Amino acid sequence: MNSLDMSWIMQLVIALFLLVGAVVALIGSWGLAKLPDFYTRLHGPTKASTLGVGCTLIGSLLFFSHQQDGVSVQEALVTIFLFATAPVSAHMMGKAALRRCLRGVAGTRNMPKE
Amino acid sequence: MMPSIRAWRFWLPHPLFSLFLALLWLLMVNDVSMANALLGLALGVAIPMVTHGFWAEEARIRRPLPLLRYLLVLLLDILRSNLVVALRILRPARHLKPAFFIYPLALDDDFAITILASTISLTPGTVSLHHDAEANTLLVHALHLENEADAIEEIHRRYERPLQEIFR
Repeated sequence: MNSLDMSWIMQLVIALFLLVGAVVALIGSWGLAKLPDFYTRLHGPTKASTLGVGCTLIGSLLFFSHQQDGVSVQEALVTIFLFATAPVSAHMMGKAALRRCLRGVAGTRNMPKE
Repeated sequence: MMPSIRAWRFWLPHPLFSLFLALLWLLMVNDVSMANALLGLALGVAIPMVTHGFWAEEARIRRPLPLLRYLLVLLLDILRSNLVVALRILRPARHLKPAFFIYPLALDDDFAITILASTISLTPGTVSLHHDAEANTLLVHALHLENEADAIEEIHRRYERPLQEIFR
């Protein structure tokens, strides 16, 4: 069975999920590049990419569940691992930045002094 | 404290976690067969036994039902957070008002605090950066903060109070 045997609605839905995922991931990367300082840059990848990868995985889940017998669940696992680990890495990077006394962009309020 | 080698607690320090690991193994290989089930169970017994010493004190989930509701709220908030952050990224950076604020914790369980910190990092424009164990506070960075008191109040109402209920 190849992908062309799918109904066009199924193809459309999968394509939509993949597109939305790609656009969100792109915005996340764009934020990483253009936001003004380290702390604000942390927000790009931890957020926009969770939804980006999430949508891509839903597309993948639909595609492979349709291609093979039964439901493909590995995508769900990837999502769980991603959601459990993304905050931890953001936390560690932020902590490292604080330890190195990186300055925030001008206008950042309540900059901690340590 | 180590239970004696005869006690079942020695072999299964976290029975539910062992079951979870076995299931996780089956899901990962994506193939349910006797051999894989046995291998999963063996892993489920071996991994908690080896890592038992590193575990923080166990947090008990008292009520599973609020946990489900919490996960649902979290999922919706992640969606909302993504839209909000995406819009903020696309608008010019001079509209941003980034700020740090200190969130006073009411929770005192390590595991529950970890969950709360992860939640803060996953939701609208906030990342938790540091947990001060002595003062029991979290240092949070917000991409865009209008009002500090409102942000603290919202985190408390939406996430901390349900967590207190779940882990009480």
